[in-house]
Amino acid sequence: MLEIRDLSVSIDGHAILTGLNLAIGPGEVHAIMGPNGAGKSTLSAVLAGREGYDIEGSVRFAGHDLLALEPEARAAAGVFLAFQYPTEIPGVGNAYFLRTSLNAIREANGEPPVDARSFLGSLRSHMEELEMDPSFSSRAVNAGFSGGEKKRNEILQMAMLEPTLAILDETDSGLDIDALRIVAAGIERLRSPERAFLVITHYPRLLDLVRPDVVHVLRGGRIERSGGAELAQQLEEHGYGPRPERQAVGS
Amino acid sequence: MSDAIREVIDREYEFGFEGTFESEVAPKGLSEEIVRFISARKQEPDWLLEWRLAAYRHFLTLEEPTWPNLEIPPIDYQDMHYWAAPKPKGPAPKSLDEVDPEVRAMFDKLGIPLSEQERLSGVAVDAIVDSVSVATTFKARLAEAGVIFCSFSEAVREHPDLVRPHLGSVVGPRDNFFAALNAAVFSDGSFCYVPAGVTCPMELSTYFRMNAADTGQFERTLIVAEEGATVSYLEGCTAPMRDENQLHAAVVELIARTDARIKYSTVQNWYPGDADGNGGIFNFVTKRGRCEGARSKISWTQVETGSAITWKYPSVVLQGDDSVGEFYSVAVTNAHQQADTGTKMIHIGRNTSSTIVSKGISAGRSQNAYRGLVKVLRGAHGARNHTQCDSLLIGDRCGAHTFPYLEVKNPTAQVEHEATTSRVGEDQLFYCRQRGIDEEEATAMIVNGFCRDVFDQLPMEFAVEAQALMRVSLEGSVG
Repeated sequence: MLEIRDLSVSIDGHAILTGLNLAIGPGEVHAIMGPNGAGKSTLSAVLAGREGYDIEGSVRFAGHDLLALEPEARAAAGVFLAFQYPTEIPGVGNAYFLRTSLNAIREANGEPPVDARSFLGSLRSHMEELEMDPSFSSRAVNAGFSGGEKKRNEILQMAMLEPTLAILDETDSGLDIDALRIVAAGIERLRSPERAFLVITHYPRLLDLVRPDVVHVLRGGRIERSGGAELAQQLEEHGYGPRPERQAVGS
Repeated sequence: MSDAIREVIDREYEFGFEGTFESEVAPKGLSEEIVRFISARKQEPDWLLEWRLAAYRHFLTLEEPTWPNLEIPPIDYQDMHYWAAPKPKGPAPKSLDEVDPEVRAMFDKLGIPLSEQERLSGVAVDAIVDSVSVATTFKARLAEAGVIFCSFSEAVREHPDLVRPHLGSVVGPRDNFFAALNAAVFSDGSFCYVPAGVTCPMELSTYFRMNAADTGQFERTLIVAEEGATVSYLEGCTAPMRDENQLHAAVVELIARTDARIKYSTVQNWYPGDADGNGGIFNFVTKRGRCEGARSKISWTQVETGSAITWKYPSVVLQGDDSVGEFYSVAVTNAHQQADTGTKMIHIGRNTSSTIVSKGISAGRSQNAYRGLVKVLRGAHGARNHTQCDSLLIGDRCGAHTFPYLEVKNPTAQVEHEATTSRVGEDQLFYCRQRGIDEEEATAMIVNGFCRDVFDQLPMEFAVEAQALMRVSLEGSVG
């Protein structure tokens, strides 16, 4: 479903990713861990289409040359990014925003707009599952939200938009234990044979709640090691280990 | 820049066509003869001619204001017409059905059908083309409620006793350069009188259309709400696209007696000039309301998207005790537009309160200034003001400026001023695009969200129009 080949990314001549390879199949949950500054968030931003990067390599996603698509076209193709720092949009109501988003994606896929009643019904039930206050739907997007509310809102959007590839960028950071449990349950509910997850995190505690199929260690600009769920536990106990000697780009 | 954005940049001003009817114009130039010509053309009484002439003589002693944060090219006051009107094709129309079909066709094209039966929105319209009112709808139904709504010229003829004592009583003919010019040469406008205890049964509106070339538009609007009366009034404006600038210098006076309420909403969409800053309307307008009686309320809401240059400060004089003044404004500038707009709240009575919410949006190479005065006089015990002044920048070649003035003479007054400046961020746009919403749509959404406090004040049908207008105004501003 997602196939990243030899992905190298730099900003202003500063290399961040250097030949990263990664393949994720439908229904799989992959976790990416790694020390600060390893390029985890850069990877998610590049996959979602943020501008400002020099990119080499290829990314195929569900038959698309992902890197050739505008961000909104990637969203329409089924890529969803739960932001590490969701942006505030004052004056724009959450429900309005979500419906605009959902309809934009539906339109791009040749589907009719969602009808108001079923939209609200589904919004309400997802909000209940995420233990969100009903007033939340009329509040402005992320404006004045606590860190935990913002993260929950990202999961709500994910649940409503039903992406085929969900990238979660440090969704667990800044969450207390209750919020983490709610968010993790939200992710678990969305697990399905058609949907793939790329979970970027610093901490193994999320991976206790959302069991990954594969854990990767991103370091030195590429995937340093990969393993099963047990790898996360090893990292928790032993750390990332001494930094390997950096290899030349393209070697 | 994406092709989609390029496409909308090149898109033309939607209302830039020219009506096909013939116009009758006065010779170019400003003189006592022209003032007399206008007055005679309108068959005015002597008192009004004298009033105009006094204003004209005073005007000759004045200089254009230089304090606004605007670069105004020199205006040759002798090189324009001060009177233009669609040429009548016979006797004056006695009913709407007799209005020149070509004039009607123009209003149809503008989306303002004049036939009353076509009006589903229940809004009465006074339609003004250049110097004259061509039609006023729903007059009969308003008359049943005792409301007088007609062109200014008709009011002078039919209701001189209501016009004369109020004319110039809020914005005097000596008030400022443009107000003096207006007093001398004003052509038409709307008059509205709501008797005591009456709530006007429908929204009133005036639609201004400048059509003739090289012509200034100088309309005057006067609204009087008697004790306990309520009225909501809307104003809209457009003009054809022309390479030269055209001057619009209007005056609006509002009078609210005890317990009266006047809500005045404007959606201003005069031609803003082309992408290089050629042409466009100079919109130099003086608007002021007097809360004369206790507990009266005057509320200005404006959405200013058009005009090459806007100079406009809808104000409220809070004379009655417990009276309330409000100013809600959205001013959008794009390309080479300039705006210097805001309000004055003059607190005179006790426990008077005022609210100012100003949202300035600057894009392209435009300059957008908020200028506001809050003045609390010595006797205005317990006066309160809250000012919220927010600026939003789109791109990095535009400017936003804030000029707040506070003059507080009463120690019990509470005056608050909050100001913010923000930018439509890459982060916000990327967030929206990641959710499938394209850049154009996302910008419109972010800007509309920014303006929400003001749009919430507009009557429903206008709020929708304002949001659509905002989108058109900002098209081509991103990328």
